[in-house]
Amino acid sequence: MRKFFVAGAMLAVFLTVALAAHAQTHLRMSTTTSTEASGLLAVLLPPFEKANNVKVDVISVGTGKALKLGENGDVDVVFVHARPLEDAFVANGFGVNRRDVMYNDYVVVGPKSDPAGLKDAKTAVDAFKRLAEGKAPFISRADESGTHQKEKELWKAAEIKPSGPWYVEAGVGMGAVLQMAFNKQGYALADRGTFIAFEPKIDLVIVSQGDKALFNPYGIIAVNPKKHLHAQYDLAMKFIEYVTGPEGQGIIAGFKQGGKQLFFPDATK
Amino acid sequence: MTFLGNAFWNALTLVFGFDPEVYFVVWTSMLVAGSSTLIASLIGVPFGLVLAVTEFRGKSAILVVLNTLMALPTVVVGLFFYGLLSRQGPLGAAGILYTPTGIALGLTVLALPTVVNLVIAAIRHLDPRLFLTVKLLGATVAQQGWMILKEGRYAVLAAIVVAFGRVISEVGIAMMLGGNIRGFTRTMTTAIALETSKGEFALGLALGMVLLGVALLVNLLLFLLQKGRS
Repeated sequence: MRKFFVAGAMLAVFLTVALAAHAQTHLRMSTTTSTEASGLLAVLLPPFEKANNVKVDVISVGTGKALKLGENGDVDVVFVHARPLEDAFVANGFGVNRRDVMYNDYVVVGPKSDPAGLKDAKTAVDAFKRLAEGKAPFISRADESGTHQKEKELWKAAEIKPSGPWYVEAGVGMGAVLQMAFNKQGYALADRGTFIAFEPKIDLVIVSQGDKALFNPYGIIAVNPKKHLHAQYDLAMKFIEYVTGPEGQGIIAGFKQGGKQLFFPDATK
Repeated sequence: MTFLGNAFWNALTLVFGFDPEVYFVVWTSMLVAGSSTLIASLIGVPFGLVLAVTEFRGKSAILVVLNTLMALPTVVVGLFFYGLLSRQGPLGAAGILYTPTGIALGLTVLALPTVVNLVIAAIRHLDPRLFLTVKLLGATVAQQGWMILKEGRYAVLAAIVVAFGRVISEVGIAMMLGGNIRGFTRTMTTAIALETSKGEFALGLALGMVLLGVALLVNLLLFLLQKGRS
């Protein structure tokens, strides 16, 4: 019994030391699932981490929740894509210094057979009207993410209140929605970056793209240090300068999946 | 079938190729599960012992509550601690949300009712004459408790192993309090959830195998300990 006790005490000391060993500086960033799932952050972060001897902690959730984490002061910087929500975030005093980072676009994807005939649609709104006929399931993110915001925008423009058995509110990330759309042989709205990253794993094709309404800009915002005193504003600004500066923009431009460029840098001074 | 077969094969290569990322995730899991089980045991074993050998008013109520807490949904624990540890919450200033310490805290609370309940059951199964004997030997209260625990040590150990099994396979708390941060708070279970959502079944499967392997090892250890008794 004493042996158990000694072993237990040694384990306790060891675990305490191990838990305390994370004393390095951490910059916390909440971001959308697309930046992480596409693999962009895996190449964008290391040069910054190395140069500044800092670890960037990435919490990858939908844009809605990412902004919420910024509002609560649980992160130092947010990197998201939903312009109206971002502007509200800044206007309400939660964030400062919003900067454009890059853009790509949304695409509507679906089965090759295209049962709802989206390929003949002239505009994105027209495509959504065809979806509402309910010939095949449409998988919605339904999680207040940037993609979900865009989807709601498009339904509004089409003057449709989506409901019915064809409208599947999944409540999961972009990748999971694409998997679901593939398994149900249905449609989904996706950012092009995530779709390209998933293309080899699922048998879906782009059925509608190119409309101006499908433009998808990404922005980065520092959490307001006046609102949250502990927010690491200086480090956050350093990171923002890096991402919007020549080095970060160059990495974004050079990032490819399957030979295709996923994001287009558009930071301005 | 080839899809599953390929994923399985890739999983094996990852496990036996000692991929550093896989092993860091395993390490984080062991760290948070190990520390939380330890703390829960340090609190739960004495508490269970006292509950098992004493009689007082309201004891049944406590037992009912403890049994209910065994069914505590992990996301509820996660939600509660998120509210506590968020910068908006009462303990926000400590800054332990999205750290391994934050996960360990939530897991400790999850493990505690399991430890207490199983320790109570373990001691109740002991020969009732033991309690009388230690009293008649003239031992102090602390000595009595120590002797009772000593007598029931294998069942108490089993209680701790069960609690460890619950926390290491848990995903809700690890996700909500850890945030699934790569190279920091990503555990086996949150990694499996993430890899599945990304469509990377091989890595998910590999981690699932390691998780099972860890469980097997812990239970094998317990079995050997129990066998050593006879």
